[in-house]
Amino acid sequence: MTTVEETPVTAAVTTPALDALDALESEAIHVFREVAGEFDRPVILFSGGKDSTLLVHLAIKAFAPATVPFGLLHVDTGHNYPEVIEFRDRIAAQYGLRLEVARVEDYLADGRLVERADGTRNPLQTQPLLDAIAEHRFDAVFGGGRRDEERARAKERIMSLRDAFGRWDPRKQRPELWNLYNGRHAAGEHVRVFPISNWTELDVWRYIRREGIELPSIYYAHEREVFQRDGMWLAEGPWGGARDGEQLERRSIRYRTVGDGSCTGAVESTATTLDEVIAEVTASRLTERGATRADDRLSEAAMEDRKKEGYF
Amino acid sequence: MTGTADTTSRSLLRFATAGSVDDGKSTLVGRLLYDTKSVLADQIEAVERASVDKGMSTPDLSLLVDGLRAEREQGITIDVAYRYFGTPTREFVLADTPGHVQYTRNTVTGASTAELAVLLVDARNGVVSQTRRHAAVLSLLRVPRLVLAINKIDLIEYDQAKIADIEREFTELTRSLGFTDDAVQVIPVSALVGDNVAFRSGNTSWYTGPTLLEHLESVPVDGPDADAPFRMPVQYVIRPRNGAESRSADASLGDLHDYRGYAGQVASGTVRPGDEVVVLPEGHRTTVSEVRTADGPLAAAGAGLSVTVLLADDIDAPRGALLAAASDVPEVTSEIDATLCWLAEKPLLPGARLLLKHGTRTTQVIVGTLGSRLDTERVSYAAAPEKLEINDIGRVSLRVADPLPVDSYARVRTTGGFLLIDPPTGNTLAAGLVGDPLAAVPAAG
Repeated sequence: MTTVEETPVTAAVTTPALDALDALESEAIHVFREVAGEFDRPVILFSGGKDSTLLVHLAIKAFAPATVPFGLLHVDTGHNYPEVIEFRDRIAAQYGLRLEVARVEDYLADGRLVERADGTRNPLQTQPLLDAIAEHRFDAVFGGGRRDEERARAKERIMSLRDAFGRWDPRKQRPELWNLYNGRHAAGEHVRVFPISNWTELDVWRYIRREGIELPSIYYAHEREVFQRDGMWLAEGPWGGARDGEQLERRSIRYRTVGDGSCTGAVESTATTLDEVIAEVTASRLTERGATRADDRLSEAAMEDRKKEGYF
Repeated sequence: MTGTADTTSRSLLRFATAGSVDDGKSTLVGRLLYDTKSVLADQIEAVERASVDKGMSTPDLSLLVDGLRAEREQGITIDVAYRYFGTPTREFVLADTPGHVQYTRNTVTGASTAELAVLLVDARNGVVSQTRRHAAVLSLLRVPRLVLAINKIDLIEYDQAKIADIEREFTELTRSLGFTDDAVQVIPVSALVGDNVAFRSGNTSWYTGPTLLEHLESVPVDGPDADAPFRMPVQYVIRPRNGAESRSADASLGDLHDYRGYAGQVASGTVRPGDEVVVLPEGHRTTVSEVRTADGPLAAAGAGLSVTVLLADDIDAPRGALLAAASDVPEVTSEIDATLCWLAEKPLLPGARLLLKHGTRTTQVIVGTLGSRLDTERVSYAAAPEKLEINDIGRVSLRVADPLPVDSYARVRTTGGFLLIDPPTGNTLAAGLVGDPLAAVPAAG
């Protein structure tokens, strides 16, 4: 940067505009406090991924020095990386937050759900999620969804009403005006709340660096046995592994999203520090979902269709 | 974006688009995203695939933004979509609003948080009734700055005289709506070709103004609230139950036993320790002893920042209360004259019993008489209607169950705005603006 020249004093005294990350942080904190003020039983969906970890961090800041007045809920597909589950449990314990876990495997065990032919369990999360919401009578469910992730998400409100079946109707969304959020709902309905709607993937990483937020190790480059399918690097696990013609190789990779192991791919990477990750994300020519989420590629409107069914 | 640029602090500009159907709004937005390299390879591929499926020979950039099934099927935008892009100096949140008349409510939605609006016209048609309608809505909502993007200039052979005519007509319109000339920028563009969007066009050598992107990057982001009086609705009272509960390593926090913090987002003005404030609607007067965030105490907090305010006296300021500068207190009243943008299918009739959300308080309201209705086509006030229907803008008197501290919307955007809510369904029915923000507009003949 060049030296700042002395600028003449102007007549109008204005408050300097907020830095972009400060503005996004303030908006998210505002949303958390609105929900705390208006709802009886909110919960934060927490997978141990970067977006939901960010949510927990923001919630802690919103209510400091008091503790967060909500608990956490994880819908566990049973196909998670052990590092992520360890991280999930450790963060919940560290901040004294109650953690409920709804397990897809319980549903598979007693036949309420059946394993899909393609092996992915992402679509199977919807029922355990909706059951957990009903069982605990959660009326506001925070999610780490961002509008930059996907075109259907770009249309989602910050507070999004779901009917008794958990469905989203994009044509019946309430207009969101100023910073006034209308969270009114009938018994049995609930509201999905997305405090980081307006963040981009880069905002998330910059904020993680600024705040020094800890993440599961799989977000940073490490060596792992992977095989290539549809242009993505997938790891072997309880969900299966390489098929005929697919070669297991040891590669330096990292994950851009945390999801069901069967359909969440890794990217080749040597980024082991936050600065390196940010440089890599900045230079990437692929979106995180396009690069690493097989389930979003199923159809032109895969995300929209799943959201209408009650998925996040 | 470069690796070094992201370490510097960047500002955030929230802006909205508005314009008629087929003025090329989605293409302009697609062009902005494309030329700022905010569109990534997989998104481009998806658009190319879809364009080929539709039998098109070049990628249709509008498909980058029209994301819902029904939108792709009908080739229209049916709802506000939010888009994100950035340059080394600034980040942008764009509320992309549909142009169809029946979705004017979405223009209201997009405009409510916008610091700037880009209004599109087709250079072949110039200012049309929809332009007037949108400019009136943007003026009503007090969007501080306007850009008129005269699009499709390639289709009028870059005709300077014709563009100057459109500019003259538009400036006349914005003056009549109360915009000052320095709040309005007119930019001739072609979204399809890319003229003057992110790159200066070789086809308009006579144009000396900024490109759209240059203007977006350099326009000041301080809204009209910047020098408004301090206002902060109390969202939540933070009371740690015991000292051990705090996990903050913040040494500036003393014994938490008596800690009582009033959490909220500064709506307007600035708050500093030592400031005298009034807690409304009760009217108790006290002094701010501390302004803080989770990161520690602050010397001052301005509009938009979420903070926790500590007060010198132990007074009751629950959720729903408003902290206001003691030197400049809003009126506390149960009779409110307001302008409504009616957003719902269900019409408004006098005598309706509804809910009103203002700041962090929701109260009951009875609708009194309906006043004049804005003829948005001619931008003038017409005679009082029997009811307000979807997309109508009209004046109304309201009686609220609990007196509310309100500012006129023209003065403070946040504490002058409110929602009307339908009690049985919970649906948002109207955007309410205290007072008459379009006072300059004449009554019809």
